[in-house]
Amino acid sequence: MAETLLELDDVHTFIGQHHILQGVTLAVRRDAVTVLLGRNGAGKTTTLRTIVGLLRPARGSVRLEGRPIHGLRPHAIVRRGIGFVPEGQGIFATLTVDENLRVARLGSDAGAPARLARVFELFPDLARFRAARAGTLSGGQKQMLSIARALVNPNRLLLVDEPSKGLAPIVIEHLVEALRAMKAHATVLLVEQNFAMAQALADDFYLIDDGRTVHHGPMAALVADDALKKRYLGI
Amino acid sequence: MRRAAPAALVVGLALLPLAAIEPRVYLTLTIAGLAMGMLIFLVAAGLTLIFGLMDVLNFAHGALFSWGAYAGFTVLVLLNERLGWAEAPSLGLNALLLLAAVAAAMAVGLVLGVVLERVIVRPVYGRHMFQILITLGATIVLEELIRIGWGPNDQVLPVPFTFQGSWDLADVIVLRFPVVAIVLGLVVYGAIALVLRRTRVGLIVRAGVENGEMIQVLGHDIHRYFTGVFAAGSALAGLGGLMWAIFSQSVRPAMGGEQLIFAFIVVIIGGLGSVSGSLLGALIVGLSYNYVAFLLPKAAIGVNMALMVVILLLRPAGLFGSGK
Repeated sequence: MAETLLELDDVHTFIGQHHILQGVTLAVRRDAVTVLLGRNGAGKTTTLRTIVGLLRPARGSVRLEGRPIHGLRPHAIVRRGIGFVPEGQGIFATLTVDENLRVARLGSDAGAPARLARVFELFPDLARFRAARAGTLSGGQKQMLSIARALVNPNRLLLVDEPSKGLAPIVIEHLVEALRAMKAHATVLLVEQNFAMAQALADDFYLIDDGRTVHHGPMAALVADDALKKRYLGI
Repeated sequence: MRRAAPAALVVGLALLPLAAIEPRVYLTLTIAGLAMGMLIFLVAAGLTLIFGLMDVLNFAHGALFSWGAYAGFTVLVLLNERLGWAEAPSLGLNALLLLAAVAAAMAVGLVLGVVLERVIVRPVYGRHMFQILITLGATIVLEELIRIGWGPNDQVLPVPFTFQGSWDLADVIVLRFPVVAIVLGLVVYGAIALVLRRTRVGLIVRAGVENGEMIQVLGHDIHRYFTGVFAAGSALAGLGGLMWAIFSQSVRPAMGGEQLIFAFIVVIIGGLGSVSGSLLGALIVGLSYNYVAFLLPKAAIGVNMALMVVILLLRPAGLFGSGK
């Protein structure tokens, strides 16, 4: 088995008085795509927000390459090589596409120009609309910009939260291709409701229910297990 | 187009009083109005950025204004008593004196701003009620410290000779200092616009105004930018205080609180977080105040409030607001 890049051990997170994560334990293998599945409100987004430090776990640990990162502030966590693509894209609507990418770029190492070129190759629309305000882009283009922002840095781990949400099927297809291309460059932890998309991309799965990780294994095993799918995903 | 409409509104509003006021008087009032607008802008610019980026309602901004005024006032008095720089009919010495006072006002604003942000604002990020209470508390403390240090009464400020009096241009009386204030306001606006549009720090601040959480998960230490913006805004409040003191030729401990009302009106009219909106809002407030004060003296502040209400009814997010 490949080495573990990211590890959560019995993570508990509160939002206000609500005990949202009640024991999330998971391990993300290096160079694999791991998908986090579960019903609405199960705690998938909260898990990602806890990893990047936007929420602090009340208990448990989050480790990147064996080193604890829980308790660090968000900027310090992502600077260890994590790219975060939030639900709802989180792009800066009043800034241009180019400015959105510039805000995201941290430092300029030798590989920066090549990564930017790769981003534009992956998402030709962004190259075309570089000078346009991001708020004027279509939903799909906004999602691409959000992913592109995570790709301009030499990130080891990408956290992608429901990239297909609210997008047309044809746009989703393009996204799947783009995410597949990303696999070659980074480890991905994906939250996704769209099972077909998850199936197309993921190597491993984790099922979250009521804030706890309840099942995990190779994606192929979940695809074959109708009872499990029906019980936790209703499909 | 979106930006042209508010600008046209200002020009339209500015021309309206010509129907009721004699042109020579109108020009004098317009210059006074523009100057007042620019002085309010100095206060509002910091306030709008602090609110836009940090979501902090800083009621202590007015106290920093007063402290800036008193710091500059002290420099003016000391250098005039020891060296006679204010009374000397020399542009060079007068300008040097003004620069020294400006430096002192901004430095005091900046230092107090950093201390306030670190000590009392940081623990209450995201909690508006606490922010209002604690910054109002800080205002009381800072004002009382002024009363202890400089006394409770109004004091006359020595205006440098070159900036006193007026020019008489074809029967239009143009006061000198308001012209200085207008130029200074434009310079400050230009500098802020330059930093926001052309530098990386400015880019990050603009992005942070739109979505502070996202800025953090893109790897930027937002607290550093908070402190920087708070310090810069506080320095501008200090500068505004000194300029207002020279404009009104006096200082008094509560002067900041009075100006803060105007600054809040301007920030709301302009749209929270928008520096251009604040400039436009400040000019609207400054001009309308002067016109109305001439025509109907008792209605001056009331008209500003009414303007704010009308603008908010038409554009709930303010002239240039993003609706945050």
